[in-house]
Amino acid sequence: MSDVKRHKREVRNYLVGFGLAALLTIIPFAITAAGGLSRTWFDLAILLAAVVQVLVHLRYFLHIDLRHTPRENLLALGFTGVLMVLMIGGTLWIMGNLAARMMGT
Amino acid sequence: MSEVDTKAHDEAEEKAYGFWLFLMSDAILFSLLFATYAIMVTATDNGPARTEIFGYWRTAANTALLLSSSLTMGLASIAICEARKAAAFQWIIVTMILALAFLVLEIQEFAGLVAQGAGPDRSGFLSAYFTLVGTHGAHVTVGLIWMAVLCLHLAMAPIGPAVQSATERLTMFWHLVGIVWIGIYSMVYLPGLYQ
Repeated sequence: MSDVKRHKREVRNYLVGFGLAALLTIIPFAITAAGGLSRTWFDLAILLAAVVQVLVHLRYFLHIDLRHTPRENLLALGFTGVLMVLMIGGTLWIMGNLAARMMGT
Repeated sequence: MSEVDTKAHDEAEEKAYGFWLFLMSDAILFSLLFATYAIMVTATDNGPARTEIFGYWRTAANTALLLSSSLTMGLASIAICEARKAAAFQWIIVTMILALAFLVLEIQEFAGLVAQGAGPDRSGFLSAYFTLVGTHGAHVTVGLIWMAVLCLHLAMAPIGPAVQSATERLTMFWHLVGIVWIGIYSMVYLPGLYQ
């Protein structure tokens, strides 16, 4: 591949990522400004936009790609994801349970 | 590729992997700060709650600044990879201006909160808020210093493999800072602003 072609591809990669990220940012800000959703649907919509945008950043900005990224980098990323779920989920579970048991005291 | 090139390439890859591991541990640190915030968010001690202290447009401006800086940092890294010095300088400086504007807005926000009696010592909620957002702000500051150092390197010598490999790590770092901010506006600011 010529240098010019590669340059164009890399710049386009960043611009596509930026466009998607901007869209996925505008959506939750618009939802917040508009109001009207119930709290549950609001939380779900914000969470979904955030998760998708994180994936967009990983793919287009950090160039994570299931085929070309070295396997050990993917393993570290996957392990980090597992730890996050365990630690955030575990913390919320235990502390939520504690709060429920402490109600009214 | 010559033998020297291959060696430099391997070294750069090893460093990128080591730095990737650091970033993953950093991400875990932030996830715990998020968990702490989620638990503390109701612990307002009859002080200011999350619905009272955040500004919509300030959050939007900070988000726009940081997201744009991710793009310009990426363009800087492409320019450095291709050894185009003028373009590299241009994009790094734009990135630094965006990051600096972000920090100014954040420091103003923190100062305003402290002035209205909503400092980190007011309640568990505010402690968790300042810890989470402040740690992110510290990362932005470190990134800014790193960019200044990179500018010095660029000014002093032609672009070589050492600067290119350092830029790769700086870019990864900056994108992580951007990803953490997605979590911050989604989990901290917008839920607080939603009525």
